[in-house]
Amino acid sequence: MSGELRAEGVTVVAGRRTLLDDVSLHAAPGQVVGLVGPNGAGKSTLLRTFYRVLRPTRGRVLVDGDDVRRLPGRTLARRLAAVPQDSPGEFELTARDVVAMGRTPHKRAFAGDGAADRAIVAEALADLGVAGLADAPFDRLSGGERQRVLIARALAQRTGALVLDEPTNHLDPRHRLDVLRLVRRRGATALVALHDLNLAAAFCDRVHVLRGGRTVAAGPPGDVLTPDLIADVYGVGADVARRADGTLRVDLLPGPKETR
Amino acid sequence: MTADAPARPAVRRRRAPYPVVLALLAALVLAAATAGVMAGSVPIPAGEAWRIVLHRLVPPLTGADWQPVRETIVLDVRLPRVVLCGVVGAGLAVCGTALQALVRNPLADPMLLGVSSGATVGAVLVVVAHVAVAGVFSLPVAAFAGALLALLLVFFLARTGGRTTTVRLVLSGVATAEVLSAVASYLVVTSDDPHAADSALRWMLGGLAGTTWTLVPVPAAVVLAGTAVLLGVSRSLDLLLAGEEAASSLGLDVHRFRLAMFVVVALMVGAIVAVSGSIGFVGLMMPHVVRLLTGAGHRRALPAAALLGAAFLIAADLAARTLIAPEEIPVGILTALVGGPFFLWLMRRKAAR
Repeated sequence: MSGELRAEGVTVVAGRRTLLDDVSLHAAPGQVVGLVGPNGAGKSTLLRTFYRVLRPTRGRVLVDGDDVRRLPGRTLARRLAAVPQDSPGEFELTARDVVAMGRTPHKRAFAGDGAADRAIVAEALADLGVAGLADAPFDRLSGGERQRVLIARALAQRTGALVLDEPTNHLDPRHRLDVLRLVRRRGATALVALHDLNLAAAFCDRVHVLRGGRTVAAGPPGDVLTPDLIADVYGVGADVARRADGTLRVDLLPGPKETR
Repeated sequence: MTADAPARPAVRRRRAPYPVVLALLAALVLAAATAGVMAGSVPIPAGEAWRIVLHRLVPPLTGADWQPVRETIVLDVRLPRVVLCGVVGAGLAVCGTALQALVRNPLADPMLLGVSSGATVGAVLVVVAHVAVAGVFSLPVAAFAGALLALLLVFFLARTGGRTTTVRLVLSGVATAEVLSAVASYLVVTSDDPHAADSALRWMLGGLAGTTWTLVPVPAAVVLAGTAVLLGVSRSLDLLLAGEEAASSLGLDVHRFRLAMFVVVALMVGAIVAVSGSIGFVGLMMPHVVRLLTGAGHRRALPAAALLGAAFLIAADLAARTLIAPEEIPVGILTALVGGPFFLWLMRRKAAR
């Protein structure tokens, strides 16, 4: 498993709007890179260029050194798994059905799921703590449960790289930590869009800050997530402290940013 | 390790084993077919009907102790109609299942999406204007072309910003169906061929009266081949249920796949409509019943849908020709009487979620 992710000068123009403007980013094998920035900053847009829902107007997106647009879909899906934001509805899929889809890139058209596939699916369900819901209809699960099932599907793909679009936004505090710990423990390279700056500080090797489709800052969380940057990007005051174990603690301050 | 979410037996769904489901559905098809051959102005007992069929297939098996006219009724009048009903019902159910996945909408159906009307216009054109570009295959080919055009039109009309909402899909389907039906009616009314009006009426209401064996092979072959193709891509159809972005991230080229499958579905609908006219709601209802029996996975759902659709349409056609005998109700009217309320119930259930 290598799983190197790279964006080179990616620009995405939709109609007259420039969603991404010349964004470059690199995640070395095994690194977890956080994408942060306000709503509409272009986080999802950048992630979508990796799993090929969007085509960069300019620039290239590379997985393990290969341009994703030049790879066959199945080959890419064996290297990179994604947790997109949309989710299925209305059809009678069970949670297990959804997770089992993660095995598709590894299967030929007529092949059924073998014992090895079933074991991988069961493991992914257990890792995310949703084994007890395996036979429940997916569309009757809570938002957080669905999110964990979708992450389990990405893990069942057994790829070297993961692209996660706000994987924690429906989760309670405990499961947020669990999910990101799990991603770290897997050792896969991960590109994660996050809103929670504390999670970004705690789990990411590097954070990449976007605003209005442009890179504002990039680097280790301790260098990037400063009160000035947070005030500049989000327009809120912040108190950033270092805990005894060296991790950052970010407190957003109520009131206008000039309070500090 | 995260804590396990508690199992929720209340939302688990217990299903019969798949082979049992298939066997039961196959038995249902045979039962419906037997009843279909038995019933009519000259009632024929089940045993005799079966012996007549067996005798034709494997002559040494039984002696022929029946009047020749009864053999003619069974083999040349009732059996071809029952078989064609089975083929048409199976094809419509399979097309409905595939369409619902392809447009990601549980309210999709060949007739509701205007596909059947498109096929009707193609078929009427051939009959009325005597456009016979492809010999004996002119009718199915024209119906296929009409079906494909209508399907593409509806799909792109309903699509905005990469999404297909139910409302837009149903509205553009209904509007397209109306316009195309009007075109077909206009062609019939302005035609000076009295025979054309008769056969055109059959397509518009949907019916299988007067079926002979010559009508059976083309739709049977197309439905069989189409179902085999769809079974072959069942994994990709499954992926579409997970959403376009997810399907794409799992390695499916969504646009190319959908276009290719539209062609397959249009071929099947074209071949079906050319012989039966537009029979609505079979493709809408069967997939939902089947998903309850087998789950949503297409490798299991498609064969079950084919069997259920066959049994349903054979039974519906039986009702169509016996309810007010000796008159016949076009079977499309009966399926609409059952399917319309089903459609409304589905829509309300969806809204309630």
